[in-house]
Amino acid sequence: MTMPTPGDARSTAPLARFNPVAALGACLVLAAAALAARDAVTEALLLVPVAGGVLLARVGPRALARRGWPVLLGALSVFLSNALLAPGPGLAVADAAPLVLRVVVIALPGLLVATTVDPTDLADALVQRLHAPARFAYGTLAALRLMPLLAAEWRALGLARRARGVDAGRNPVAALRLFAGQAFALFVAAVRRAARLATAMDARGFDTAGPRTIARAQPFGRRDALLLGATLLLAVAATATSVALGTWEPVLG
Amino acid sequence: MAAEPGRPRPVAVEARGWGWRHAGRRAWALRGVDLRVAPGERVLVLGPSGAGKSTLLTALAGVLDPAAAEEQEGELLLDGVAARAARGRAGLLLQDPQSQLVMARSGDDVAFGLENTAVPADRIWPRVDAALETVGFPYGRDRATAALSGGEAQRLALAGVVAMAPGLLLLDEPTANLDPEGADVVLAGVRRVLDASGPTLLVVEHRVAPWLPLVDRVVVLAPGGGVVADGPPSRVLTGSVGTALAADGVWVPGREPAPPPRTPPPPGAALLEAADVTHRHAKGAPPRPYGVSLTLHAGEAVSVTGRNGAGKTTLSLALGGLLRPTGGTVTATAALGPDRRPLWRWRAAALAARVGTVFQQPERQFLTGRARDEVALGPRRAGVPEQEALARADELLERLGLGRLARANPHTLSGGEQRRLSVATTLAAAPAVLVLDEPTFGQDARTWAELVALLRGLLDAGTAVCAVTHDRAFVDALAGRELRLP
Repeated sequence: MTMPTPGDARSTAPLARFNPVAALGACLVLAAAALAARDAVTEALLLVPVAGGVLLARVGPRALARRGWPVLLGALSVFLSNALLAPGPGLAVADAAPLVLRVVVIALPGLLVATTVDPTDLADALVQRLHAPARFAYGTLAALRLMPLLAAEWRALGLARRARGVDAGRNPVAALRLFAGQAFALFVAAVRRAARLATAMDARGFDTAGPRTIARAQPFGRRDALLLGATLLLAVAATATSVALGTWEPVLG
Repeated sequence: MAAEPGRPRPVAVEARGWGWRHAGRRAWALRGVDLRVAPGERVLVLGPSGAGKSTLLTALAGVLDPAAAEEQEGELLLDGVAARAARGRAGLLLQDPQSQLVMARSGDDVAFGLENTAVPADRIWPRVDAALETVGFPYGRDRATAALSGGEAQRLALAGVVAMAPGLLLLDEPTANLDPEGADVVLAGVRRVLDASGPTLLVVEHRVAPWLPLVDRVVVLAPGGGVVADGPPSRVLTGSVGTALAADGVWVPGREPAPPPRTPPPPGAALLEAADVTHRHAKGAPPRPYGVSLTLHAGEAVSVTGRNGAGKTTLSLALGGLLRPTGGTVTATAALGPDRRPLWRWRAAALAARVGTVFQQPERQFLTGRARDEVALGPRRAGVPEQEALARADELLERLGLGRLARANPHTLSGGEQRRLSVATTLAAAPAVLVLDEPTFGQDARTWAELVALLRGLLDAGTAVCAVTHDRAFVDALAGRELRLP
């Protein structure tokens, strides 16, 4: 293995070295435990495995704030709507706390996996472990690669319109029409590009109906089982502790 | 290496009265093509644009969908087997590297074709490494494909083709989208492939000279027809065929367009002033360009040159009032316009009437469905009466040899026609300053000569022309100042 250098497309975070299916499975376990309860103690205890995930994703506080702002925003809006709109006088912090914690426990691990796990690894793992259709998975992956190109295309289309003397000024109707026209041009450009990409992919045998191999093995090893097992254990432990303390409130019941 | 695929057996190619008519078209792209290429032969395929060269290559690669044909006739055989059934014997490299790469990591991209043809996983990586080595790819397998330059990306795409050990290598204008530096990188890669495995080669290119050392035969196709000339380069490219090819826009060595020498007149009034223009694309990124000051005068030509990534295109956007530089300003003098604000703050209509920009990729500039409307758009938006706007459009289309295409959809035009149309649309607003980004990229010789003649005419009439270019001959033809970015 060569040393990673700038321009290499591989994450060095420990979380990225697990089988993505194991990482996704761990997220699902946490989400299930968080959804099953509606008390603050269980949700707070579930923050322990979530913190473990943050460590594995190797994100510092600043990077966490940068990546995690949608979760924070979601948690904040849940807090405000529940604390302010709850019946009775004053802020109903106690009512809102479990809901806020639940948002964090469910959303943060998913966000960590989504930003750490390599899309290629994810496609490989989905095809090899969960038998997702290969042509769909790799076709999606190829489309994903075109996204930054489309962003560049969008900017170029905007510049071209200005260069042709077309702008909206302060007229919102003109702005909307201009936007629609530019969006259509982008759509046309995307279709053309996709057609060319499809030709290149088919020229390399992507459309052959026969069997297909995968160069990158995505084994489900002992560490992957360990990740999944440890998450399950911590989720059960959180629930059991809460039950023992008499604080556990099932969501159904 | 144990898993070396070995030398692929070169393929014999045969076309027997082959013809193809695209769905919805009245004219045949190709018809009556009779051609035999012996295994291991290296053939350069030439012809005017619209001669169906790409169609032939795509068909040989077996990826031309019969359902996309209105009509098809004759046979196309690889080693005696129909091309569509012989998929995998041929490898196809296309023009645009960005539309050929599939995966995020370089090694994975080369492995893609091997996976599709079910090569056992343990044999894939040795073949990937061998292919990367063969084309001379300078990075490791983990290199992000998004971080590659155009030439490097095209070299990687070539490795992806080569890894499948094709007996027939089909190259469809593989360097047309690249600057000279990138083109050299790809050529060197192709040379290494030919030396290593000796497949049969069919290459389509406008620029003939760089490929001459690699090919031993030249075949010329006619639009809607078949093979009109065939033989060794020394014979085909000389005499009447060579003259006809040059007239059709092929860059025939020794017959390149040679505009007469030009003595630039003394420059007129200053029109546009760039002061200390610096731009950082992101915080902490190196400034490109850095501290460029430049005054454009009426009737003056300035060529902006410099290596890739020096900030030439960014500078052209700033000069065209399309980008706000992170440092420095671009302003108009009183001779150009009354607005004293920096150019990027101007309203679009006022800008287009004074400073026109022609982009590298013309198709992005088109906003309407007809060439005539495209040219009339600028005048119409500037409030020119309808009759006059159309008259001006017709006059420009005629002048640029696009008169018969007035009703055509801009996107259906050939590359050269699109380039001329994009210039026409910009000129319709009669700007006093014209900024062009790589106007001669991928152009055939005829378009090149027409463009030079047109720009010289504009210069003589007092327009200031600033062109970003890698094209040495073009710089010389404009005979103006050269600004070389470090």
